Amino acid sequence: MNIIVVGLSHKTAGVEVREKVAFSPTQMEKPLNALVALPDITEAVIVSTCNRVEIYATTRDVAGGMARLKRFLADYHNFPLETLEKHLYSYHGEEATRHVFRVASSLDSMVVGEPQILGQIKTSYGYAAEFKSSGIILNRFLHKAFSVAKRVRTETKIASSAVSVAFAAVELAKKIFGELSDKTVLLIGAGEMCELAAKHFINVGVRGVMVTNRTYERAEKLAEEFDAKPVHFEALMDHLPKADIILSSTGAPHFIIHEKDMEDVLRRRKLKPMFFIDIAVPRDIDPKVNDVENCYLYTVDDLNGVVATNLEQRKVEAAKAEAIVEQEIGQFFKWLSSLDVTPTIVALRSHFDEIRKAELAKTLSNWKDLPPGADKKMDALTNAIMNKLLHHPTSLLKRTDQGSRNDLYVDALRHLFDLETPEQQENMMELED
Amino acid sequence: MNALLFNSTLVIYAVVTAVYLIYLLKPKESLGKTGLWLALAGFLVHCGFTLNRFLEAGHTPITNLHESLSFFSLSVVGIFLLLERRYKISILGSFMMPLALLIMAISASFSTVIPPLNPALKSRWLAVHTIMAFLGYAAFAISFGVSIMYLIQSHFLKTRKLGSMFQKLPSLDILDDISYRCLTFGFPLLTFAIISGAIWAETAWGTYWSWDPKETWSLITWFIYAALLHGRLTTGWRGRKAAMLSIFGFVIMLFTFLGVNLLLPGLHSYK
Repeated sequence: MNIIVVGLSHKTAGVEVREKVAFSPTQMEKPLNALVALPDITEAVIVSTCNRVEIYATTRDVAGGMARLKRFLADYHNFPLETLEKHLYSYHGEEATRHVFRVASSLDSMVVGEPQILGQIKTSYGYAAEFKSSGIILNRFLHKAFSVAKRVRTETKIASSAVSVAFAAVELAKKIFGELSDKTVLLIGAGEMCELAAKHFINVGVRGVMVTNRTYERAEKLAEEFDAKPVHFEALMDHLPKADIILSSTGAPHFIIHEKDMEDVLRRRKLKPMFFIDIAVPRDIDPKVNDVENCYLYTVDDLNGVVATNLEQRKVEAAKAEAIVEQEIGQFFKWLSSLDVTPTIVALRSHFDEIRKAELAKTLSNWKDLPPGADKKMDALTNAIMNKLLHHPTSLLKRTDQGSRNDLYVDALRHLFDLETPEQQENMMELED
Repeated sequence: MNALLFNSTLVIYAVVTAVYLIYLLKPKESLGKTGLWLALAGFLVHCGFTLNRFLEAGHTPITNLHESLSFFSLSVVGIFLLLERRYKISILGSFMMPLALLIMAISASFSTVIPPLNPALKSRWLAVHTIMAFLGYAAFAISFGVSIMYLIQSHFLKTRKLGSMFQKLPSLDILDDISYRCLTFGFPLLTFAIISGAIWAETAWGTYWSWDPKETWSLITWFIYAALLHGRLTTGWRGRKAAMLSIFGFVIMLFTFLGVNLLLPGLHSYK
């Protein structure tokens, strides 16, 4: 049985193509049922996120299966296959496994290491499990992918550093203040990035937020959104000492916070450190503020620099993650190849035969005054019993037209009779988290 | 036995220091744990040494430079272990253990034989006075180390050098907090050490205060730390300024301890 993957992602297709072939999460039953109804396709899972649309399937006929999946994607969405085809990638066997493990581990994401993709694949798998389009192979396959992703996350630092400006600001604040739960954020002006950063600070739990703007009404409006306290812009200097973290992005053409003011501000807050984040262009805060004791000023360029360094760091960690993926591919393939019918039948027969011969030898050696030729007859008798017993299961397994049930039987046989499986059966039934 | 325990301590501290310095430079988290366990082992051997010395000498083994440096180092490691338990900051070890090792190494350079006890020291005040003084010194030493960490971290933040050492160092607030806690722990000890010393001086030499160099310098040290604590409580001296003052205080304290003993003749010149 082969695993095949057909799909497209942000790397091969623009959003104008991706949106055309995306599957709605509320209507997964129909496409999943249609997929497993296709000839040659035995199991199927659809992963559809804003950055990728992929179908994972099992088939006996790799080339035919892939062609059918491609045709299905095009037909289902009424999209011309000729146009779609050049955006599609398709993998089978080891490559398919590598691809899915990498996707689940967020190595193929637009922002490498972003954590959402794993949850999205788990949800996709959930639909396939619910509508019974996935069977023993894809179940095992995706569980393995989840455990690989988990290993990558715990054994590498791929997701541990901030790769957005807003997150970088929060991380830096933590390096200055440690706990943020007793800290106050002051938002000066408005702007998308500034508000995003404010939201991040609120999410990690700061004590309070103050908002100020040249027009007080806008401050009030924004304050309502953030559950914050609006403050008059004219009273900025009165409120500055109360703020630990200052996010500034006004449209002012000149500095609004000057170095000379800082001495007084710091004195009034007993020299407790302040963290200024200046997102405005032109800048709002005099760069000399950074030279004031216990004041730390970061501009948008500084934060971009932090993000760039972290992205570099992620690349290093990604290399470690790739090594983990390679290791796990090997393990998974050992299991997959154990599902081949012929070696299983051979193993089953030799297992039975060993028992038969051992028991026969025991009986014969204890049996005195054995009539001549009886040992031959005993041998033939036990052999006939064994063959009769094995006949039905063997012929059933040899029938190739029963799709994924075959893999189920093979797997069950290996378990029931303890036929040597290439690897220890690690329990990967960990869908939680 | 004495020498064996002392040398074992020295060797273990050297290994711990090496482990912590590698931890500082290499991105390997597990080294912090290794260092901690080794430091604990070293601390226990060191306690064994101190106890053994006490039993052999028959009095508190803080009567000459070899012994008092060793006890100083023991106190530094002890306080470090308590802090590490409370704050779980492995990198503390990268700054504290080299200090402890250095103090032990200096201790090793002085005569290790147990001399007959100077009659002036034959008093129950010996234990009280010296133990308090050295615990206080150790607290100031930790504050010194943490203050250096503060200055480094502050420098990283100001100059945007956000490398792996920056990641390992804790936040400025925590460093400031640890340094302050150490001072509030060390300062009362120093105060009581001075008071108990005065009382002892009255019984031993007949006068509470004789402006002996050790007494004078202890008072200077006391005033520096008093000023630091006072400044923090009133105008809020903290951050870089507090860190630099704590470092300055430690340097003066070292002079009070070592400089006075070695350079200035006086009643306290025990070598």
